Amino acid sequence: MQEREDLAEIRRAVRALCEEFPGEYWREKDRERAYPGEFVDALTRAGFLAALIPEEYGGSGLKLDSAAVIMEEIQAAGCNGAAAHAQMYVMNTLLRYGSEEQKRTYLPGIAAGELRLQAFGVSEPTSGTDTLSLKTRAVRDGDEYVINGQKIWTSRAEHSDLMALLARTTPRDQVASKTEGLSLFLVDMRKAVGNGMTIKPIRTMMNHSTTEVFFDELRIPASALIGEEGKGFRYILSGMNAERILIAAECIGDAKWFIERATGYAKERSVFGAPIGKNQGIQFPIARCYAQMRAAELMVHHAAEVYDRGGNAGAEANMAKMLASEASWAAADMCVQTHGGFGFAEEYDVERKFREARLYTVAPISTNLILSYLAEHVLGLPRSY
Amino acid sequence: MKILVPVKRVIDYNVKPRVKADGSGVDLANVKMSMNPFDEIAVEEAIRIREAGKAEEIVVVSVGPTKAQETLRTALAMGADRAILVQVEDDVDVEPLAVAKILKAIAEQENPGIVMLGKQSISDDSNQTGQMLAALMGRPQGTFANTVEVDGDSVTVKREIDGGLETVKLSLPAIVTTDLRLNEPRYASLPNIMKAKQKPLENKTPADYGVDIAPRLKTLKVAEPPVRSAGIKVADVDELVAKIKALGIA
Ligand SMILES: Cc1cc2nc3c(=O)[nH]c(=O)nc-3n(C[C@H](O)[C@H](O)[C@H](O)COP(=O)(O)OP(=O)(O)OC[C@H]3O[C@@H](n4cnc5c(N)ncnc54)[C@H](O)[C@@H]3O)c2cc1C
Ligand SMILES: Cc1cc2nc3c(=O)[nH]c(=O)nc-3n(C[C@H](O)[C@H](O)[C@H](O)COP(=O)(O)OP(=O)(O)OC[C@H]3O[C@@H](n4cnc5c(N)ncnc54)[C@H](O)[C@@H]3O)c2cc1C
Repeated sequence: MQEREDLAEIRRAVRALCEEFPGEYWREKDRERAYPGEFVDALTRAGFLAALIPEEYGGSGLKLDSAAVIMEEIQAAGCNGAAAHAQMYVMNTLLRYGSEEQKRTYLPGIAAGELRLQAFGVSEPTSGTDTLSLKTRAVRDGDEYVINGQKIWTSRAEHSDLMALLARTTPRDQVASKTEGLSLFLVDMRKAVGNGMTIKPIRTMMNHSTTEVFFDELRIPASALIGEEGKGFRYILSGMNAERILIAAECIGDAKWFIERATGYAKERSVFGAPIGKNQGIQFPIARCYAQMRAAELMVHHAAEVYDRGGNAGAEANMAKMLASEASWAAADMCVQTHGGFGFAEEYDVERKFREARLYTVAPISTNLILSYLAEHVLGLPRSY
Repeated sequence: MKILVPVKRVIDYNVKPRVKADGSGVDLANVKMSMNPFDEIAVEEAIRIREAGKAEEIVVVSVGPTKAQETLRTALAMGADRAILVQVEDDVDVEPLAVAKILKAIAEQENPGIVMLGKQSISDDSNQTGQMLAALMGRPQGTFANTVEVDGDSVTVKREIDGGLETVKLSLPAIVTTDLRLNEPRYASLPNIMKAKQKPLENKTPADYGVDIAPRLKTLKVAEPPVRSAGIKVADVDELVAKIKALGIA
């Protein structure tokens, strides 16, 4: 099938940029657990991370289908978009629910890459999946809010200027509906760190720059509130569909990378006097992963289309994320197996991509929760939790 | 001043070319194609000259199949202003002389101060088009450019030649061909890709310029380079000399 020419063109441009960041670059970042700042800078300078920001605020005003192509292509080229993907979508809530003044203040800087908004503080030690039970408090005090509590898994907090923070403004036992009482803030971390905010990196299986963030009497101006107090949960829910579709697109890119590497290796690697790809025991798993990837890819395209048409893409975004993360993980496992012992050697990049690909059936939302969503909201089964 | 930059769509430099089974040429089916790297350097150099305020317009032209539009769009996204596709059938290979004739006809219409070409295309490595164009037009040429400096009505080109650099000063209009070290081409940014869609791309044919592209050369056979066979180790100089003599090399 021929792809739309505008998407094909974005793909070529992303590919050209990614060629400057080969495997050695990523291996070194992985080894040093360093942030791939040069890569993120290059993406920013080329305007890719501002794809979704409307032109009037300095972005390219593209639809989600184009943004998805950007993220997919980054992964398919062997790079890691996780270091920067949030810069693309965290601003969504600001764009949708922020005041005109907040948008004018922040979006042009975000579009230009001078302001990094790529930290999203939602998860807490005792509430990951169960967001509504989060405990971080924001209490109004005159012209300010005072924040106390803790976030965990706040990725890229050390490499961001702003953080979108979800905190409780009304105690859980005083709200009319349980989805109320949480509020969304845009925290200027350049002022907050050392003045009530402390960031501690977490060492993880892969290089993801994720952190714990502690709030101790942090004071932020009341103008940092996005939209209305108490409606924060609703705001982030609507932003999550875009996030899921973009992450699903990244998974498709990963799956393509694994399949391409496995295919290439299976053609070249010769044992018992023939390329290993001549054996069905090798070629069938690759073919199966290809079919699984293509099916997931169609769902990702469909989800982006529903989203871009302005429809409720909840079910499609969730299904796309689940199917794509499963397709990439299956392809990752297959790719290691195809490479035999060499799949474990750093030099082949397979083990690194394998570790990176593992995340997406867990975060930003785990497969079980997607299944619960489909069961309850699409199939009408009783809520199970 | 206007700069005319011809660009060619070729097999991507990262792809290992495969020869067709019948030896008639290189297999291009399902192979990644890109802009010839030397042409990318030419586009980049033209943009830099314009950015320095020494040129107003950059026109890119490609003689090639419909798909060469992609290559032109890439050049427009890098920063060229307008494009001309001189379209030929998909499997037609246009030889350097025919390309040079088409470029001459375009140059006569467009009156560019500089025609900036890649020194060669990595598809056939002919390294002829720029030189032929200069001869056909009777214009000065600065080939294998390592640096290009436009100054008023002349251009100074440092040329990469065996054993060093040669500096030539050409009066405009002139032909320049680019070498590898001239610059590092930029990649297209997303805003520029979007802008490129609005830029004009004209479709032409060789007939529009009255050029006959029928081949003058006949390809007899295309073959893979021979695989180098393993060497042998010799114990000492005497044995080496003996081997060389036995092989009849010395
Ligand atoms: C590398 C990394 C980066 C991250 N980045 C961010 C970030 O930037 N910002 C942020 O806010 N968060 C981030 N997260 C957090 C991520 O969103 C959570 O880890 C995820 O939502 C799961 O929450 P949890 O870890 O608390 O798991 P839990 O909620 O404890 O769940 C554990 C397991 O139980 C299952 N489970 C839970 N409830 C149910 C149920 N009702 N039915 C069936 N199964 C259930 C889950 O599916 C999961 O498998 C990140 C996580 C990681 C690992
Ligand atoms: C961490 C580590 C430690 C190791 N330690 C040792 C050690 O101490 N000593 C030692 O000698 N070796 C060791 N090895 C090597 C290990 O035994 C080999 O990696 C393993 O035997 C596979 O060989 P290979 O990597 O060459 O894969 P290959 O033989 O290249 O196989 C690649 C893939 O092709 C498949 N394949 C090959 N032939 C066929 C066929 N005919 N039909 C179907 N599928 C086929 C294989 O199953 C595999 O999936 C180690 C490897 C690792 C990763």
